Amino acid sequence: MGRWNRVSLVVLAGVAGAMPFLLGTDSYYISVLVMAGIRSIVAIGLSLLMGYAGQISLGHGALFGLGAYSSGLLTTLHPQSGWLAGILPLSPWTALVVAAVMTAAIAYAIGTPCLRLRGHYLAMATLAFGEIVVIFFVAMVDLTGGPSGFGGIPDLPYVGSFPAWLIDPEGGYNLFVYRDTHYYFLVWIVVILTLIFSLNLIHSRVGRALRSIHGSELAASTMGVNTAKYKVQVFVLSAIFASVAGSLYAHFVTFVSPTACELKYSILLLTMVAVGGMANVWGAVLGAVLLTLLPEYLRAFEDYDVLVYGGILIGILMFMPQGLLVGCIQLIGKIKPVRKTTG
Amino acid sequence: MTLASQILQYILSGINIGSIYGLVAIGFNIIYNTTGIINLAQGEFVMLGGMIMVSLHVGAHIPMLPAFFLTVILVAAVGGLFERLAIHPLKNPTVLILIIITVAGSILMKGIAMFIWGKETFQLPHFSGEEPILFFGASLLPQTLWILGITAGIVLLLGLFFRYTLTGKAMRACAANRTAAQLVGIDVRKMVFLSFALSAAIGAAAGIVITPIALMDYDRGAMLALKGFGAAVLGGLGNSGGAVVAGFMIGILECLGAGFISSGYKDAIALFVLLIVLFVRPSGIFGSAETARLKDF
Repeated sequence: MGRWNRVSLVVLAGVAGAMPFLLGTDSYYISVLVMAGIRSIVAIGLSLLMGYAGQISLGHGALFGLGAYSSGLLTTLHPQSGWLAGILPLSPWTALVVAAVMTAAIAYAIGTPCLRLRGHYLAMATLAFGEIVVIFFVAMVDLTGGPSGFGGIPDLPYVGSFPAWLIDPEGGYNLFVYRDTHYYFLVWIVVILTLIFSLNLIHSRVGRALRSIHGSELAASTMGVNTAKYKVQVFVLSAIFASVAGSLYAHFVTFVSPTACELKYSILLLTMVAVGGMANVWGAVLGAVLLTLLPEYLRAFEDYDVLVYGGILIGILMFMPQGLLVGCIQLIGKIKPVRKTTG
Repeated sequence: MTLASQILQYILSGINIGSIYGLVAIGFNIIYNTTGIINLAQGEFVMLGGMIMVSLHVGAHIPMLPAFFLTVILVAAVGGLFERLAIHPLKNPTVLILIIITVAGSILMKGIAMFIWGKETFQLPHFSGEEPILFFGASLLPQTLWILGITAGIVLLLGLFFRYTLTGKAMRACAANRTAAQLVGIDVRKMVFLSFALSAAIGAAAGIVITPIALMDYDRGAMLALKGFGAAVLGGLGNSGGAVVAGFMIGILECLGAGFISSGYKDAIALFVLLIVLFVRPSGIFGSAETARLKDF
């Protein structure tokens, strides 16, 4: 994994762990950071697909939505008859796993033909897939509540199960009283686990194969890399990340609607990965956190956030095509030319 | 209404919307031919066309004909500006970067449109009356004839432009071989600029003619672009005649599906067609297998 990554992981864990204590009782910012964490999980997966394997997806919002809707439906439906009557509703943890398996299966089915396409064709195919999923969510009114979505999704059982001495309202740790803080720790633990998994993957045989595909698919397959297999595998993996993030989102917000997974959201995810720097999973986390916090400071823009995202995206791609992370490192390198940097 | 006239009715509305998909597809083709880029902001040009026309004609009371040309010129300028500001300055961009930058351009234009016009849906009066003409038991709006006429006019003019004018020939040369075109003294960068302006102008015309029937709001672009791309791929990317026919096919299929299956899944039908074509025959039904081999799917 490398020393730099290990140090960064420890720093991230430290900063993330200290945040609730620094922010104290301000549960609003904690909830914003929960959203940043959820988006980081999706963005890490998308960064593996885009930055390492070099494949674009404009359908990740839909994969996230599949996770959120599956989790929500599996934990709220109470069928009176039929073979599912005895099974549903599932417990939230079981639902999360079932949702991830289902999303992975759909991603495999759609990814196998999609990833034979390249470039613009792949972008359009994933875009069409994403739109079809959203159309189904909107049109299946009886099941999903249509355009207005559905609510009443239960909390994860973990929430509220902290030991009594941590929740002691008299003691120093009373911030654990808040529901949002529970989700905060859970979500950021998942972010760090996702990062550890992804960093290990990148520095393995599979990671090298993926980067070789990004470099040149033809050369990679000539060298004996099964490019089709690896591309589908990384797509399915990123779909699992998106689904888990979607499930966490559904339980955290207790409500899902098509706005959670529409095209705008897919583009937002793409922006996060591009802003942070495509060829780096750390960049994905940076992009997700920045673009989640940014709108909180741009309250005046309200609905015009799309305008801001579009502007940021164009600006970054034109002036820092490798993203903020690498861009800033290069800037520092220019100011203090310790050693020669390329590019 | 009998079943036959019902089917005819769906086919007529399919032709309406299908010609718009065809025009969007031609816009894709022009830029693709000169640059190899698929401009994902193509749908926004259609949206801008409709919106600007509404402002000029309904808002500023400019008569229909001058407002039409003014709108087309304005949107062409937006297309050219987009190329100059976002595409032109890129140095050796990868396909991934080009896709993201046209996506960014599209959300930027959408955001600006929302900023200017808000979220309302706008109406435009029909070009010549709203009295439907009875046609074998189905009713035909005069606007449909306008849409068909203007689509046919654009296809014809484009054909003449590419065949007989020096600029048109130069653009075709870029499509055939960019390096060779540059070697014989064609300013490729200017042709790229022109292709963006031209396809924006065609998109604008499509937006203007469809607005009286379909209305227009800021959020229409992405779906139009997606279906227009469906038409472009189905017709064989780069083939403008094929694009119009494929546009009709998608439009008719969509309207038949909406009528006989469910209107909620109307948009999904066109997208399913797009996915199936991409998976089974990405060269399109009119594209030849030989030219397909030269392309990068």
